[in-house]
Amino acid sequence: MTKVLMKGNEAIGAAAIAAGCKYFFGYPITPQSELPEYMSRELPKIGGVFLQSESEVAAINMVYGASGAGARVMTSSSSPGISLKQEGISYIAAAELPCLICNIMRGGPGLGGIQPSQTDYFQATRGGGNGDYRLLAFAPANIQEMVDLIIEGFDLADIYRNPVMICGDGMLGQMMEPVEFTNHTKRELPEKTWATTGTQGKRKPNIINSLYLEASILEDHNKHLIEKYNKIKENEVRVETVGLEDAQLVFSAYGTTSRIVKSAMTMLQEEGYKVGLIRPITIWPYPYDAFKKINEKCKDILVVEMNTGQMTDDVKIAVEGRQKVHFHGRQGGMIPSPEEIAQVARELLGGK
Amino acid sequence: MEHKIVMAGFGGQGIMAIGQLTTYAGMVEGKHVSWLPSYGPEMRGGTANCAVIISDTPVSAPTVTASTAGIIMNAPSLDKFEPEALPGAKFFINSSLIDRKIQRDDIEGFYIPVNDIAAEIGNPKVANIVMLGAFLEITKVVSPETVLKVFTKVFGENKAKFIPMNQKAMEEGSKYAKKQRVNA
Repeated sequence: MTKVLMKGNEAIGAAAIAAGCKYFFGYPITPQSELPEYMSRELPKIGGVFLQSESEVAAINMVYGASGAGARVMTSSSSPGISLKQEGISYIAAAELPCLICNIMRGGPGLGGIQPSQTDYFQATRGGGNGDYRLLAFAPANIQEMVDLIIEGFDLADIYRNPVMICGDGMLGQMMEPVEFTNHTKRELPEKTWATTGTQGKRKPNIINSLYLEASILEDHNKHLIEKYNKIKENEVRVETVGLEDAQLVFSAYGTTSRIVKSAMTMLQEEGYKVGLIRPITIWPYPYDAFKKINEKCKDILVVEMNTGQMTDDVKIAVEGRQKVHFHGRQGGMIPSPEEIAQVARELLGGK
Repeated sequence: MEHKIVMAGFGGQGIMAIGQLTTYAGMVEGKHVSWLPSYGPEMRGGTANCAVIISDTPVSAPTVTASTAGIIMNAPSLDKFEPEALPGAKFFINSSLIDRKIQRDDIEGFYIPVNDIAAEIGNPKVANIVMLGAFLEITKVVSPETVLKVFTKVFGENKAKFIPMNQKAMEEGSKYAKKQRVNA
């Protein structure tokens, strides 16, 4: 298939449909409203359902219901809307239902602004709702990668019976890039024997539930979830690394910010500096091991994010004190420039 | 070669549209491309701008801070983007609406009265396309033929009837820019 130029938000919709998703429940919010708009136009054409709910809380619970009935389903929102969905996400994680959730992040806290941001890193990686659960969370850096991860993400959600979150920022949602919908390898997917599809008098009813009043039974369920999360940690970590073997300074950044860092790296390399990059593609599970590959002479990591430094916690866990972890960030919807990032790096590298 | 282009003006001047045309044409010509709008709470009459990158190598930052070229359709945009341009940048100024010249002596200015030219050819709405014609004549970022080819991809098949008018607008812009270059 040939390349088409697509807006990020519309590409999310096209990728979901390519992945066989026929159900979308959501509520509009800038900067991701082109996605529900796209779904409202396209899903009826393929016999699917687009439903604009009365609220985000309703939307996520519709996802819970549709997923419980065995459907491939998604929702999307931006930061404040994703906050409203947290209760439902916790229930979905507890009931082990597969679904895909997109967060096209904007500045916060509170209602914040509508400009690009990465403020929901903690929320996505630590579990924004109550209880002890994890989401498989991807942070794509360009529209093609986002499309590929969405198509794969639906499969991973089915395989692990776990919600998958795609974390983008306003830039990724609003920008246009060439994208190709190539044939993706079809995975062997488990049969949804747990889905509430009607017993036809042949089996006991399936029950989708997240309430366990008996402590020991809930603990068993928790242990089962831990086992599953460990399996995800073992198998699904994704990361891009650049130049770790001889870098004097290693950057760490994810999503669109990592692209701005790459521009800064080109500037620094032209000046003769050796710089590397660790770009987490999964922010949970986190690529802790990648940091072990940094050469011994390198003593500094520079984390760059569009927030107040939420990922520095994970980087500190990863480097186990081997390197000093520095941070440069912009907040509120401001986007760092390659020039300012390069300048911070020069200062750490002992230049002017 | 990486063209880092800022296109800026009022909402409603068709800035986003010429940005998308250029980007789509770049993709069709086999380049790496990106289009990033500034999408504040803007509306008709507010400021609008987009960053267009057309490159021989994969695009890293989709933002444009140090531009290699600019399309500047109103005065506030010139004040905003002139200081950030790279030395040697080419700026295309809508002289129908902007009185002043470029102040820096290390960037090159082309002054195209696009609203007047558009009015002369009978359609004030194509001022942005006149500007695109002038811009492509000088910078050669993509070919005008490719832009016409992708016209319906950007605007939809039902807009095909407007292609001749837009072709005319591009040609007039191109002619004016050529003349200005000779005189310079």
